Amino acid sequence: MTARALVNVPKAVKQGEVVEIKAMIAHPMETGYRVGPNGTNIPRDIIRRFACSYGGEEVFWADLYPAVSANPFIAFTLVASTSGTIAFTWTDDAGETQTASAEITVS
Amino acid sequence: MRALWGLAGVVGALTCSMVAAAGIKDGEKRSGFDFMTRETQALQADDMANPGMLWVLQGEQLWHQAEGKAEIACAGCHGEASQTMRGVAARYPAYDEATGRPTDLVGRINSCRAARQEAEPLAPESDALLALTTYVAHQSRGMPIPPATDARLAPFRDNGRRLFQSRIGQLDLSCASCHHTNWGKRLGGSVIPQAHPNGYPLYRLEWQGVGSLQRRLRNCMVGVRAEPFAFGAPELVELELYLMEQAQGLPIETPAVRP
Repeated sequence: MTARALVNVPKAVKQGEVVEIKAMIAHPMETGYRVGPNGTNIPRDIIRRFACSYGGEEVFWADLYPAVSANPFIAFTLVASTSGTIAFTWTDDAGETQTASAEITVS
Repeated sequence: MRALWGLAGVVGALTCSMVAAAGIKDGEKRSGFDFMTRETQALQADDMANPGMLWVLQGEQLWHQAEGKAEIACAGCHGEASQTMRGVAARYPAYDEATGRPTDLVGRINSCRAARQEAEPLAPESDALLALTTYVAHQSRGMPIPPATDARLAPFRDNGRRLFQSRIGQLDLSCASCHHTNWGKRLGGSVIPQAHPNGYPLYRLEWQGVGSLQRRLRNCMVGVRAEPFAFGAPELVELELYLMEQAQGLPIETPAVRP
């Protein structure tokens, strides 16, 4: 299945403004502690690391653990400095990295 | 355990004295939204925080994706869903000419797949089917459920009402025992809502995902320890039909969030 994520970045802001960035990623966040209907363990499948870069520089990152619920919602703030791309990357247990991005215009 | 049986007894006694057939008075009709905490209401109200929107997003992709031997997408016939699908969810389940029975949105999507796209039906509660259904139903958000007008559906709706009022399972409870007679009170820690279907498919925090109305109905049947009807069973569609009539006037909320 293709990556599904909703990212919310304000499009046009003033320089120096504190902006809220929100990201929601579709992911089962399977803990690895549950048992399936046939009695075998459901293997762990969680997002391990979430990172956000602003104009190529990493400005925010988070490590995620099995207690995080499915479809994690991550919100944080940035100081708007220059116009550019805000890129999000996240890596899951399978080692697969997925991305999403949004543009921000600073005036 | 004993407490549970005690509760069943109390509920049973209440239904005997109050007559379940009365239903919900017009002025008292309230969406499940009104029974939730403010935090959960805020989650539903903000499209950026509502996890159900992830399914809407996926549904939009699937809507434009060619499928089956016919190599045609939903959009190939129906065009832009925001126009052609507006209001559709508010009047489903609708009468299906081919089978002579009511069919719900899920059934319609799968029969459309079989007949027009010549594709395999999507499995019940699969992500793809839920996403498409949520996307289609989302186009009707905010529209009130219209009054039932199709006379051909009347016998099926009556059967739905009968099912709603029939006691089932080891706990010997009907849907009406809780949702007509005791709505607004608590069952364990949770408030009993009025059983309105206006938010489906919805994101249930307990499920950590989106689920259909049929999943919810089957849940309740297991809850009273009855054998649930299979997904897509005519009885479930008839129940949906009755619930839609009961919820007439309430706006569609898809994708709703429920605890």
